[in-house]
Amino acid sequence: MSLPPTMSLSPTDAVPPIDAAPLLAVRGLSKSFAGFPALAGIDVTLRHGEIHALLGENGAGKSTFIKAVTGVIARDAGTVALEGAEIAPRSAQEALQAGIATVYQEVSLLPNLSVAQNLFLGRQPMRFGLVREGEMRRRAAALLRDFDLDIDVGAPLGDYSVAVQHLVAIARAVDMSARILILDEPTASLDAHEVEILFRVMRGLAGRGLGILFVTHFLDQVYAISDRITVLRNGRLVGERETAALPRMELIRMMLGRELSEATSEHPAKDAAETAPEAGGAIRFEGFGKAGYVAPFDLALASGEVVGLAGLLGSGRTETARLLFGAEAADSGRLTIDGRSVRLASPRDAIAQGFGYCPEERKTEGIVAELTVRENIVLAVQARRGALHPLSRREQDEIARRFITMLDIRPPDPERPIGLLSGGNQQKALLARWLATQPRLLILDEPTRGIDVGAHAEIIRLIRQLCTEGLTLVVISSELEEIVSYADRVVVMRDRRQIATLEGEAVNVTAILQAIAADAAPLAA
Amino acid sequence: MSLTLPRKGLPQISAFIIVLLINFAVSPQFFDLRLQDGRLFGSLIDVFNRGAPVALLSLGMVLVVATRGIDLSVGAVMAISGALAATLADTQPLPVVLLAALGAGLLCGLWNGILVAVLRIQPIVATLILMVAGRGVAQLITEGRIVTFTSPGLAWFGGGSILGLPVPVVLTASVLAVAALVVRGSALGLLIEATGANARASALAGIETRMTTIAVYVWSGFCASLAGIVAAADILGADANNAGLWLELDAILAVVIAGSSLLGGRFSLALAVLGALIIQAMNTGILLAGFRPEFNLVVKAVVVLVVLLAQSPRLSGLGVLLARRSA
Repeated sequence: MSLPPTMSLSPTDAVPPIDAAPLLAVRGLSKSFAGFPALAGIDVTLRHGEIHALLGENGAGKSTFIKAVTGVIARDAGTVALEGAEIAPRSAQEALQAGIATVYQEVSLLPNLSVAQNLFLGRQPMRFGLVREGEMRRRAAALLRDFDLDIDVGAPLGDYSVAVQHLVAIARAVDMSARILILDEPTASLDAHEVEILFRVMRGLAGRGLGILFVTHFLDQVYAISDRITVLRNGRLVGERETAALPRMELIRMMLGRELSEATSEHPAKDAAETAPEAGGAIRFEGFGKAGYVAPFDLALASGEVVGLAGLLGSGRTETARLLFGAEAADSGRLTIDGRSVRLASPRDAIAQGFGYCPEERKTEGIVAELTVRENIVLAVQARRGALHPLSRREQDEIARRFITMLDIRPPDPERPIGLLSGGNQQKALLARWLATQPRLLILDEPTRGIDVGAHAEIIRLIRQLCTEGLTLVVISSELEEIVSYADRVVVMRDRRQIATLEGEAVNVTAILQAIAADAAPLAA
Repeated sequence: MSLTLPRKGLPQISAFIIVLLINFAVSPQFFDLRLQDGRLFGSLIDVFNRGAPVALLSLGMVLVVATRGIDLSVGAVMAISGALAATLADTQPLPVVLLAALGAGLLCGLWNGILVAVLRIQPIVATLILMVAGRGVAQLITEGRIVTFTSPGLAWFGGGSILGLPVPVVLTASVLAVAALVVRGSALGLLIEATGANARASALAGIETRMTTIAVYVWSGFCASLAGIVAAADILGADANNAGLWLELDAILAVVIAGSSLLGGRFSLALAVLGALIIQAMNTGILLAGFRPEFNLVVKAVVVLVVLLAQSPRLSGLGVLLARRSA
């Protein structure tokens, strides 16, 4: 793909009207799933000709917000006004007719059809009931020329790079008279050059007066292209700022931390002696890593120690957890436990060493929804014993009952399919699955994500209690004040490598934020 | 716990009873039994006897489906085992004949299992290979002829009887009992269900999902070769072109009637056998009624539809809604 360095989208006809009514005004948008609020009273204002970044960690509500605005899911409360006129689309199709087009991370076009067919799908130029292929190709080529995209429109879309596919999707959306373009993580699979091309197109479109809402987790890109930033956190609006007036440190604080004063004050000073690593009983990862996945790192874990893994979305926290658990095989480094060298090539190896892992993707990687709470709890113990050494039904009942009581899993019915439980109770059952194996190391990836406040507090209480009982914990969380409240040590990650380790007094929200932001600064565009 | 029908089996049990009653209506002698040469005869016995091969296939298929797989090759594996057994029957001692036939089934299953679990080929495609190639192999074994044999030892598996019951019936019941004992008595059942319902979560919980998957395909191959032996013994010969032809579809149907989801997860061995018996009872009923066999397929389709609708959660929701309306 070769593109000339300038955008030909001329901003001549694009004097944005003075914003008496903003292009898009979302007010008080709320949405709950099964009683659990995913969005609570969100206000977002998108002006003419503005590129507006929508930021937040996983589970902050970005996707739900987009879906609720474009009518993919019904909203519970709130209004959406397009240039002052209220709209209530009931599907993505209706939103598109109103002028709001959404391009998702996974290109939702048809790779086996030609570029031209994709551009005009459902609105092909017709004559006598037949598609006018030639006319369609001429118009497609003309349209793409506007985007400086000189490609064969007769070739299947799938032959082109993801970047071109994205541009085609955007061209299609814009050509269907979109006035608002919502881009959901459009750059996730693009390389730097492709990102630059996309940004040029975005600037050109904004110059014509379109409003662009841009979801991403790359902060460099946010600073490179956006005019304004709205930050969501746990389904709530944290705030809207002008990009130029928002220091990176402040932005990260909005995404990860609560008020600094509140968070820093609550860190209980830990007794250094209490957490000093025991010489013999350590789990040591040395030079552990996998090319293109996580850069090699050292990590020594003493018994009873809690290590927090902090960093932004995409910094490599989950990837690190998967390496530690053998879910992804490391291609460098070694693991020694109590001085012995240990092979770690699969979760089974890890479990044999007494490791446990509660993944972030609870529904797809954690619970087996169809099975009962009892079966889910005994699963890891049973897998370790092997099929030929079954736990008797009485043993299973006993284990299930013990942990249902201990963790207060509700409803306390071991025979209920776990898929019917709330997120918090599913999480507790997953904890129970590992606790039943009497592990020495538990890796918890976002253990409090997407669960209600009550269960949230209980899980934190549990984590604290487990460490006092000698269990070693590695906890990943986007809730910094939460990490600070229980971690002895915090490893900060960025760009898939460990960039800092904070210990003792240094474990506080401000220090973590500084570590994340400090290293980020030189990389800023 | 192993052999009792679960409460959820009510639609299947009702369907079986209804089909049997309809058979009784069209043919009043349906439930008549007579003892001849120490063996029971009668239409009802026929249902069990004729249903045995598909029931055996279903016992294999139900575990494959529980892992979110499917085995299209079982009909072809029947043909291979039958061909081997028939070809060797008159020259080799019976144990050798049986070992060869069963060994072939196990090998076929292992092949399928490796394609699915190790090479990660989609089950429907992976087993399609053997479905096509297997029949060719069977034809090579019989050299394209219909092979007949006279060995009374092998013939016993089709026409013999134990305590008055035909051997195929006793064989199927024993396989069901042993399978239920092994699968539910060990933790295999749980591990299979977990693997099928959520393979990623199961692997992270430490389950050997790969070995589990291979094991169910091997088991399915074993069941298919048993069915092949029964079918060959029944006709005292092997017809590589027609033995087990399309029976994989009946087996899948039986498993679906048994309430298994093709998306994997929960399964019931006993209900799978019952599903096969429902299909056979319908076949028998249509023959008894004197309909042309062409009706068979249509009637089968209707009955399957009714059983599936009876299990559909959406339909029961509709029923509740209608009941509320009328109340």
